[in-house]
Amino acid sequence: MLSFVIRRLGTMALTMLCLTMVVFFLINLEPNLKKLAISQTEMHTSAEQLESWLVNHGYRQNFFVRYGQWLGLVPKQPVTDPATGKPAQRFSFCNDPLVSTFSGVLEGDFGCSTKFKATVASKLFPALGATGILMFWVLVVMVPISLLIGILAGMREGSRTDRVLSVASIASTATPEYVSGVIFTVIFASWLGWLNGSAASASQGITFYNFTLPVMTLAIYGIGYIARMTRASMVEVMTQQYIRTARLKGLSFGSVVVKHALRNALIAPFTVIMLQFPWLLTGVVIVEVMFRYQGFGYTLVEAAGNNDIDLLLGCSLVSVFIVLITQLISDVGYAFLNPRIRVQ
Amino acid sequence: MPVQYISGFTVVLEVLSRFWPVWIALLIVMGASFAYKKKLALYGQLFDSGVGIVGVGICLFWLFTAIFAATISPFDPLAQIPIMKDVLPGAVEPQSGLTYLFGGDKLARDVFSRMVYGSQIVLIIAPAATGFALMVGITLGLPAGYYGGKIDTVLSFLANLVLAFPVILLFYLLVTPGIMDTPIPYGMAGVFFLFPIIFFSVLFWTRYKNRPDRLYILLGITLILGGWIYLGLVFDRDPLHIVHIDPNQLNIFVAVVFASSPGVFRIVRGLVMDIKTRDYVAAAQTRGESPWYIMLWEILPNARGPLIVDACLRIGYTTILLGTLGYFGLGLAPESPDWGTAIKDASRLLRSFIHPALPPTIALMSFVLGLNLLADSLREQSMKD
Repeated sequence: MLSFVIRRLGTMALTMLCLTMVVFFLINLEPNLKKLAISQTEMHTSAEQLESWLVNHGYRQNFFVRYGQWLGLVPKQPVTDPATGKPAQRFSFCNDPLVSTFSGVLEGDFGCSTKFKATVASKLFPALGATGILMFWVLVVMVPISLLIGILAGMREGSRTDRVLSVASIASTATPEYVSGVIFTVIFASWLGWLNGSAASASQGITFYNFTLPVMTLAIYGIGYIARMTRASMVEVMTQQYIRTARLKGLSFGSVVVKHALRNALIAPFTVIMLQFPWLLTGVVIVEVMFRYQGFGYTLVEAAGNNDIDLLLGCSLVSVFIVLITQLISDVGYAFLNPRIRVQ
Repeated sequence: MPVQYISGFTVVLEVLSRFWPVWIALLIVMGASFAYKKKLALYGQLFDSGVGIVGVGICLFWLFTAIFAATISPFDPLAQIPIMKDVLPGAVEPQSGLTYLFGGDKLARDVFSRMVYGSQIVLIIAPAATGFALMVGITLGLPAGYYGGKIDTVLSFLANLVLAFPVILLFYLLVTPGIMDTPIPYGMAGVFFLFPIIFFSVLFWTRYKNRPDRLYILLGITLILGGWIYLGLVFDRDPLHIVHIDPNQLNIFVAVVFASSPGVFRIVRGLVMDIKTRDYVAAAQTRGESPWYIMLWEILPNARGPLIVDACLRIGYTTILLGTLGYFGLGLAPESPDWGTAIKDASRLLRSFIHPALPPTIALMSFVLGLNLLADSLREQSMKD
């Protein structure tokens, strides 16, 4: 088991290295650098001035040197001030050191956000915290509801309850966040006026009034999928021999479901819930933009829209890490929950 | 001059009558399917369950809407008639006497016509991109599952690499106006669009190797047709000027294929690993058939059930992806009538007007729902056999 986890962690590190390199390459394409230079300099600058801005801020160094600097394997050099010829800070708002130092992701320095004029760490981690709160409430809503629907539907396959709930969960998987968000806002905010169509005030304090719509919108897309997986797993368990035996012993249907079927039927949904995180990530971006909630997704969109190189790299590192770590947890957890499967 | 309104009931009647070509086409196709349902194999069995009928009905409805869009929509989806800005549903346009059935949006365009024309964009890109993703996934998944070993390790690692990318980040990196100046989208298109040609060439080669009369005809058709479309799509150098794709549509197309082919790859790989242990595969191996013959003519036909179901779900998922792209304003032109862009435009103004938001959301939802219902009943029917 331990060697399996270690091997998986190794693959994970390799995957992250490859992916960040791809992201690094794509963000540093010539048109993107041009866009960054234009947005960072005054209006109507000439092509030479743009070029000199890029050179002065170290964007014209060798690709691998810059990637190494970001990683922390190559020392970051202070830039040379063209006027005085002395070393100067690359971005004054980030307090870059004036001497050559190793300071990259491996040393815990995520770099400097050109859009927000602050260090990436000071923007990224509070945003992650805000998204964490959102995710927590989404899971609190999503998991019990979807498991309940799945179990009720799968308990008696082919019954009327099963058919109604199955169609309902198919409908919910057909409703992406930007659709359900709009519909919920129309119904609950514009029409009934019960809830707030914007979660911008949620950064000060979360209330039922401003936080329900984002949570509902995010949860609804996942509910259908998890419920369908739970149903499939429940249906399979209900056809097993030991369920028939328990019924023939004279146990009531309810107690068979709760005591014998549930525990076996809930193994598969665990994996599904863990693998749902990467999907939730896209949803988070949509929902945070739609309801103006200042979390991770909002930061990602701001970074991508303004070609904020270091911030976008930080965001992609975090999201890729989340995807990979949830995959690992789902594999390890599955082996723990299901004694029939042992990792070789 | 104030804008005249017609009543809600008349709006409903008018909308229904606007769709007349769709109703006729639906009636013909559904009627024919019912009449010959015994002879239509899997497709015919769909008509045994209510869910299947609804699924087929919704999908065909949007298909015919896309085909007859020009007849159905009363207005040009891009035309702006200033007096109709933000009008409510049922407003009559004074000059032509036609009605803005679902009202006008903030740029005074007809919401109904835009919804109808939006179906065209979705119904061209989503199935086509899914088709290419299937080709890529199958062509790579077959050898990975069949040979295993090094090929499998390398291809699976690459697939997991793409799958570990959050879709939204991938789109923000791959679908930008800047990337059109670099050769990256064209390079990717060049690689992806090669797969169907390779697939069909190998398909025919393995089967008709010893029958040159058939082989040369089929290979010739594949190479000429494939090469023609390839020239048109990748280099935009179609000598006849029929096959043409806008650079930004090509960009979207490539990004969507790139995002969804690893999923197909994983499914195909899993299916092949399962099927290759069967007796008929062993029999073919004993006969001395070549590995590619076994993969394409023994294994692939037996994997078709799950693949068809997956393709249905995937078209729906691609529709959702296209909507996401539109919602973030990536790739598609800002005035494009596709549903995602329409939802984005309308959702910013929900506080003042809700009517421009509802038609595209309901259209997108119903189309994806139709595909999901179709996939569900296909799965059920194929499990019965």
